[in-house]
Amino acid sequence: MGGEAVKGAMLDLKPEAASRKTRHAPRPEAPPLVVEGLSHAFGPRQALCEVSFELDRGDRTVLLGLNGAGKTTLFSLITRLYNHRGGSIRIFGWEIKQNPSEALARLGVVFQLPTLDPDLSVAQNLFYHAALHGLPRREAAARITREIERVGLTERMHEKARTLSGGQRRRVEIARALIHRPKMLLLDEATVGLDIASRQFLLDHVRMLCREEGLAVLWATHLIDEVDSEARVIVLHKGRILAKGPVPEVIRQADAASIREAFDRLTGERGA
Amino acid sequence: MKPIHYYRCLRGIVWREGLRFLNQRGRFVAALVRPLVWLVIFAAGFRFVLGVSIIPPYQTYIPYEEYIAPGLIGMIQLFQAMQSTLSMVWDREMGSMRTLLVSPLPRWYLLVSKMVATVAVSVLQSYVFLGIAYLWGIQPPPVGYVTVLPALILSGMMLSALGLLISSAIRQLENFAGVMNFVIFPMFFASSALYPLWTVREANEKLYYFCMANPFTHAVELVRFALYEKFNAEACAVVVGALVVFMALAILGYDPGRGLIVRRAAAE
Repeated sequence: MGGEAVKGAMLDLKPEAASRKTRHAPRPEAPPLVVEGLSHAFGPRQALCEVSFELDRGDRTVLLGLNGAGKTTLFSLITRLYNHRGGSIRIFGWEIKQNPSEALARLGVVFQLPTLDPDLSVAQNLFYHAALHGLPRREAAARITREIERVGLTERMHEKARTLSGGQRRRVEIARALIHRPKMLLLDEATVGLDIASRQFLLDHVRMLCREEGLAVLWATHLIDEVDSEARVIVLHKGRILAKGPVPEVIRQADAASIREAFDRLTGERGA
Repeated sequence: MKPIHYYRCLRGIVWREGLRFLNQRGRFVAALVRPLVWLVIFAAGFRFVLGVSIIPPYQTYIPYEEYIAPGLIGMIQLFQAMQSTLSMVWDREMGSMRTLLVSPLPRWYLLVSKMVATVAVSVLQSYVFLGIAYLWGIQPPPVGYVTVLPALILSGMMLSALGLLISSAIRQLENFAGVMNFVIFPMFFASSALYPLWTVREANEKLYYFCMANPFTHAVELVRFALYEKFNAEACAVVVGALVVFMALAILGYDPGRGLIVRRAAAE
């Protein structure tokens, strides 16, 4: 499938067209994700406070934090499940609040909760997603075949999603997140509840996507052993970023011997 | 964004709703059995108790079964709308609604598409019911089967918009029992679905006005008149008005900036 065909089939969301509306056309080389001074509160409870970070193309960034650190809130704001109150979120230069369509068209998401419809088959779930992104059926069929093949579930394509194991569902969700050819992938605690083999498959698959396709990935987790030396890391704790950067740099900043020790020192708590 | 993308999205949402409906055969049967029980058993039992005088759109005395048929179509549409509401709350609790909400198309359009999908299924159910009712002797004029279509679409849209509004307000699936008690039953029984409202007026004037303020009454009357090739302008105006209000509130409820969805996230 050629790049041109893919480009033509995606939502026609050219920066130039949208700029007429916004007067703020992003630069073509705009980074996949820029979060600046992001704050969000639920009533009196401050969920995120002055969070700022940036993702580059091909970057695999691990958002590391304990449960309740604000990871899911951050994901909900980046995907505009609800709007942020302070700061800004720009996806490939598009501010999510002002240009949600342009931003969301470039984003693939795997949520913490399983989001497949258990009453539909794997293929039907994926066709539904393709339709939500405005893809033509023939184009969608080709992409679905490819993505399902890449996650090794071709033979389960026509089975109901409820018959799949947790690991297989996650694989389908990753395949689904890639059907509209996003340039950035968000995964929120994608390995929770998976066995070792499924977890390893997901980690390897996502590494491959970064390496070979230049996809920017934000991988939220509370499991420290999912942070490897090649990744960048953001330590989020009680809604604030305590450290960010390449893993060796964060370890050095914390004056620690390992990322686990660095995390414990930074947060004052023991990580999983 | 091109109109073709909107069309594909709409087609996808309607297709999914249809698949879910067909996959759950029990739901299809239940949706038909419910009004048929009322038509076959309830109407037979009450046909001599509940007399129906000559009231528009009827030009002569009619059997009670014929009177309640439009009301039962309304019942099908009401239950289908609430079934869709339940399904949206379930999707939200299970997480699958997020797939819909992170689509790049505007949220209001996604809600309108969802409404269209619900209406498509309820119109199909209504025609299947009318087919069975025909065999039971409920035989409106043949053209009525055509003229009733816009009325079914309009009333289905209004009830579906109400369902969307309710789904934005319900926090948990367990609260759905409250919808049965406070929405479905009062809407259905405080309407002209089962008895002409003059009978209610004779019993209680205030209750009559309550029934007249009920948009479901007007949905039933719109369908009743359309089935007999007549147009009820007052009913149409109320149904359209209610549709606009319910849909506007539903869109507000799902608004990522100020909707109930934000307040629910805060509660979680």
